Amino acid sequence: MAEALMEVRDLVKEFPIHGGVLGRPVGAVHAVDGVSFDVLRGETLGIVGESGCGKTTTARLLLRLLEPTSGSVAFEGRDIATLSRRELKPLRREMQMIFQDPYSSLNPRKTIGSIIAEPFVVHGVERDASARKRHVQELMDLVGLNPEHYNRYPHEFSGGQRQRIGVARAIALKPKLIVADEPVSALDVSIQAQILNLLRSLQRDLDLTLVLIAHDLSVVRHMCDRVAVMYLGKVVEVGDAAELYARPRHPYTGALLSAVPVADPRLARAARRQILTGEVPSPSSPPPGCRFHTRCPKFVAGHCDVDEPLLTDGDPAHPGHLAACHYPLGDDEGAATARPAA
Amino acid sequence: MAPLLSVENLSVSFDTDDGVVHAVDGVSFQLEAGAVLGVVGESGSGKSVSSLTLLGLTRSARTTVTGRASFDGEDLLAAPEERLRRLRGNDVAMIFQDPLSALHPFYRVGAQLSEAVLAHRDVSKQEARDRAVEMLGLVGIADAKRRLDSYPHELSGGTRQRVMIAMALMNDPKLLIADEPTTALDVTVQAQILELLARLRDELGMAMVIVTHDLGVVASIADEVAVMYAGRIVERASTETIFDAPEHPYTWGLLGSMPRLDALDGADLVPIPGRPPSLIARPGGCHFHPRCPYVREAHKVVDPELVAVEDDPAHAVRCLLPSATRRRVWQELRAGVAPERARTDVIEAEEGER
Repeated sequence: MAEALMEVRDLVKEFPIHGGVLGRPVGAVHAVDGVSFDVLRGETLGIVGESGCGKTTTARLLLRLLEPTSGSVAFEGRDIATLSRRELKPLRREMQMIFQDPYSSLNPRKTIGSIIAEPFVVHGVERDASARKRHVQELMDLVGLNPEHYNRYPHEFSGGQRQRIGVARAIALKPKLIVADEPVSALDVSIQAQILNLLRSLQRDLDLTLVLIAHDLSVVRHMCDRVAVMYLGKVVEVGDAAELYARPRHPYTGALLSAVPVADPRLARAARRQILTGEVPSPSSPPPGCRFHTRCPKFVAGHCDVDEPLLTDGDPAHPGHLAACHYPLGDDEGAATARPAA
Repeated sequence: MAPLLSVENLSVSFDTDDGVVHAVDGVSFQLEAGAVLGVVGESGSGKSVSSLTLLGLTRSARTTVTGRASFDGEDLLAAPEERLRRLRGNDVAMIFQDPLSALHPFYRVGAQLSEAVLAHRDVSKQEARDRAVEMLGLVGIADAKRRLDSYPHELSGGTRQRVMIAMALMNDPKLLIADEPTTALDVTVQAQILELLARLRDELGMAMVIVTHDLGVVASIADEVAVMYAGRIVERASTETIFDAPEHPYTWGLLGSMPRLDALDGADLVPIPGRPPSLIARPGGCHFHPRCPYVREAHKVVDPELVAVEDDPAHAVRCLLPSATRRRVWQELRAGVAPERARTDVIEAEEGER
């Protein structure tokens, strides 16, 4: 097994809720509530979940774009959660982010050349202007942009091309880790495929470790080696992607998989859809016990709503496939919610 | 019986400072009561503009609309604004793509929902409010009563879209035009909404036009699919045929671009090269030719018509390749052959024979 590039332990992030005339904190949104996982060197780890599950907050905590309330994020053994700004800066070179919205994540007043060169300026590398330009143009070429468009502005580019600019900026400093937060969800299908193929080939060629945050389970299946499924601030299941998709253990994972629309009308209509009722409870007052118990088809009163299940190894044949459930799906149940192979 | 909605040769163009944008170009389709048509295409394909135009929402001095569209025997394109206003949100409802800009930022959700009923029906404010709570519950919003007092900015994107759907359903419309109805929603909620829409169709006989970029969405709910590219329908067929035996290279491209849960490990996606054309200066000949892997010289000049394939009158394709050739290419693609290779195998082999 590859070594861990990043180790996340008991990570917690609460956002205070202010209320009353004095605006005192009256509660907290438990956005991320005790999350632990490893990111292995060279892998693509997918973090999936619905809105409000804490996946984006987790992404931001990984790069310390947010301050964790507690817990640790160790990058190559150093806990970045406790580093000072100055200590953090050299590490920032190693960790980059690709954002969801290719429109708002690029400064409209800057040329593409200077946007991609920004990391060089910030970190004081490639100080020589002509070398910097050459380097930026190489990057543009690498991500499939025309290097002659160096002096153009973001509005002259389509969504897919803008996302390529974001990718070029992220790989400029040859980082070890890239966290991509919904990198393709704003793009058209045909363009989405171009960007996904680009990310995959860059990852192979540049030996990147990639954390892919996405709500689209098909995208995650296509891209990732391992997958962590989040629900209401918790990781409920984590494991090897092929294994987890074929034999989900947690009922939430099973329901998520069965909810994905299949682009095959016969399968789509024949599929036994497990449709969850209700919606995700508020993260400001998460349910006691297992957080999923309010929507769970396998809910057992007196147990699931009292006792919080921990992430545990279910099957000795698949080490590293962990699920947090008292009554995990069996092989046949899990396979029933998973997709039949084509 | 006359279809509920009939669109014939609809064209919409906008006169802009940069030139005339040909957003929709000769679109025709029919929709029976209770049927679901999926309109699939990428941004700029004209799928949204065609649906907006049906409700008179693109009318302006700089818009030119030609063709015919009738709903329930009524001419939509010629109807006066006053008449359309009574139709919209009542017999025909629409769900928009962007919930934040479709909801009024200054009014509470409850007021906006109630207004949808109060504008069309003679009910008390309390009845309208009760209806709003019911509809919010129906679309899966927890604590619906309290949500009535929320402002749109206080809601998540997913919840906002659900409020939009609730608003569209307030008056039990006969036709629902849904423009990317589930794009902003999570998968489990998307599954709920799609099931909800299917139930509404079955129980209320509500017909739907579902405009989407997601072939997965149409697979689960549409009876018929129209694929649009650069303002035109390039392929139209039953949902089964679109997925089993598509004949347009653009449809093949869309199918190849989609990551699938049941795909083989490590299989790369097959994206469509390039990007959609400008609708001001569209490429000559077939509009898809600059991105088409199977293009022949003549296709750059000759403009194809939407023609039914020989043995299936419900299946129409706008492509200059002969149907037999298209079927051979699709067989190759389906077997996992790359487009360049399929071109060599089929197109160039045929040219060699001549």
